[in-house]
Amino acid sequence: MSVQEYFSLVFTDYTLRTITLGTAILGIVCGMLGSFAVLRKQSLLGDAISHAALPGIVIAFLITGAKNSNTLLVGALISGLIGTFWIKGIITKTHLKSDTALGLILSLFFGFGMLLLTFVQKMPNAQQAGLDKYLFGQAATLVESDVWLMGGVMLIALVVLVVFWKEFKLQHFDADYTKSLGFNTRFLDVVMTALIVLSIVIGLQTVGVVLMSAMLLAPAAAARQWTNNLAVMIFLAAVFGAFSGIFGTAISATSNNLSTGPVIVLIAAFFVVISFIFSPGRGLLFKQIRHWKNRNDLQLHKTLYFMYEIAKTHQDISHPHAVKILNNFQGYTKNSLKSLADREYITVDGAMWSLTPKGYEKAINLYNQQDNLND
Amino acid sequence: MKEKIAIKVDDLTVAYNFKPVLWDIDLSVPEGVLMAIVGPNGAGKSTLIKAMLDIIKPIAGSVEIFGKPYKKQYKEVAYVPQKGSVDWDFPTTALDVVMMGTYGSLGWIKRPGRQQKKEALEALEKVGMLEFRSRQISQLSGGQQQRIFLARALVQKASIYIMDEPFQGVDATTEKAIINILKELRKEGKTVVVVHHDLQTVPEYFDWVTFLNVKKIATGSVKDIFNDDNLTKTYGINYKVSVLQ
Repeated sequence: MSVQEYFSLVFTDYTLRTITLGTAILGIVCGMLGSFAVLRKQSLLGDAISHAALPGIVIAFLITGAKNSNTLLVGALISGLIGTFWIKGIITKTHLKSDTALGLILSLFFGFGMLLLTFVQKMPNAQQAGLDKYLFGQAATLVESDVWLMGGVMLIALVVLVVFWKEFKLQHFDADYTKSLGFNTRFLDVVMTALIVLSIVIGLQTVGVVLMSAMLLAPAAAARQWTNNLAVMIFLAAVFGAFSGIFGTAISATSNNLSTGPVIVLIAAFFVVISFIFSPGRGLLFKQIRHWKNRNDLQLHKTLYFMYEIAKTHQDISHPHAVKILNNFQGYTKNSLKSLADREYITVDGAMWSLTPKGYEKAINLYNQQDNLND
Repeated sequence: MKEKIAIKVDDLTVAYNFKPVLWDIDLSVPEGVLMAIVGPNGAGKSTLIKAMLDIIKPIAGSVEIFGKPYKKQYKEVAYVPQKGSVDWDFPTTALDVVMMGTYGSLGWIKRPGRQQKKEALEALEKVGMLEFRSRQISQLSGGQQQRIFLARALVQKASIYIMDEPFQGVDATTEKAIINILKELRKEGKTVVVVHHDLQTVPEYFDWVTFLNVKKIATGSVKDIFNDDNLTKTYGINYKVSVLQ
């Protein structure tokens, strides 16, 4: 099946439609909530929560003995929440820093989960086969009810973000100040963390515990590059997330045996790379170009100022001077003379140059105005 | 004579991980004073104001704002945190940050509207930052960021202003601008509490002072208590006020 065939089938074929819709919704939810995690510098929290969900999945299976995805996700939710509370507890009650607490809980829960998983897989019962799919996810197992669940979580997240928009913005910018205004930051914290845990849990089936945090972080990190407006950032993150889901599904469906979760994550990472290089304000490419341009301008300004020093000794500022007298000064080349002429700072006539009134004005103000550099 | 007490701190003790940061502080700030809190690094100055603002829970003692706990009086108090305490790369504009000052009176869920925007613009003008209103906050200089924080507090129209090192890392122009606003606030009868580092300017800027070094060393009017004795007790080395003044 080619990618074109995929897109013609996506609206008619039940399985393709379900999977595509599911991954797209997942991308939207993760993009929106991930934006807050990134702004709060809590990027690793998502990673810890998703890894902490693994033992919950296996224990839920051990208790019920069935592979019903909803019961397994409830298990994931419970153990994810326990992990989160432990992390927060460690941070507030001990000397340990948050990165230590996150790393500790992440490996502890994941290790325990893996242990249970290997134990379960040795059981003489065919039921457990496929439980390890939760490590990297398997989008093909998505059914319509899963998509409804994801849609429900998306709706909840959207409503909560709209209702508490002002409070979340304030808290993520300045938590202490939020408290001083009389807002209950603990409540906001619990709500946001609960939403993030929910978004991780609904993604486990598709993307898996190991890669889930990338779904939260990548679209948000990419979106941050393009805008300085929080609302726009969240919208862009949702769009990037959705496209990661859709394209990831398309690629994995059209190439045999490519696992969907990793492909989605790679597409999201692709958005990040593109954004880091090409975004106009913060991207590396334009930063470098601006850097070169500034250096160039500085050279030109030096030459211009030298010319000004010569010209100001004459009554007529536009009195022509020989190009040769610039020779002592290293900063001039044919190109720099041409650029100065292009900007109408000087006129060049054969081997003579003369300063224009505009160039004279510019040279006088060159070192008075700090703002020059920002223009 | 000043009779009304704006902030009353009673037997306040705060500890981080069993190490006391503030020890049994008793303090009354009369209404209408411009008070500096001075003390060496680690003296607990920021902790003291955070405890006043109910941001940090003390292990003992209490704070009253005009005779009631902070929870009931938060609309009376405006806080200016240390500039370095937030991430200035946050995706928002100067005007938007100043608008945050209106969130407290708006309460939960309600959005700021035209009235709030007008108030924010007025505050921006007061601190001389009106032309920077649409500027992304990371593109402001340190002094400008400090003025934005001040404007955000002014929008709250509170009776008490509590500021954490508002003069840190700002140029002379901004320092003058800030101190003029503080003096204007005092003229309006507001109470202003400032964590301050520059001892030389204490007599010029403030009329009330608290010396702090884990314990309260002294508190009172600058005229009466800003002297060698208290400085030495607070900083542990010989300070000569005569030189400072």
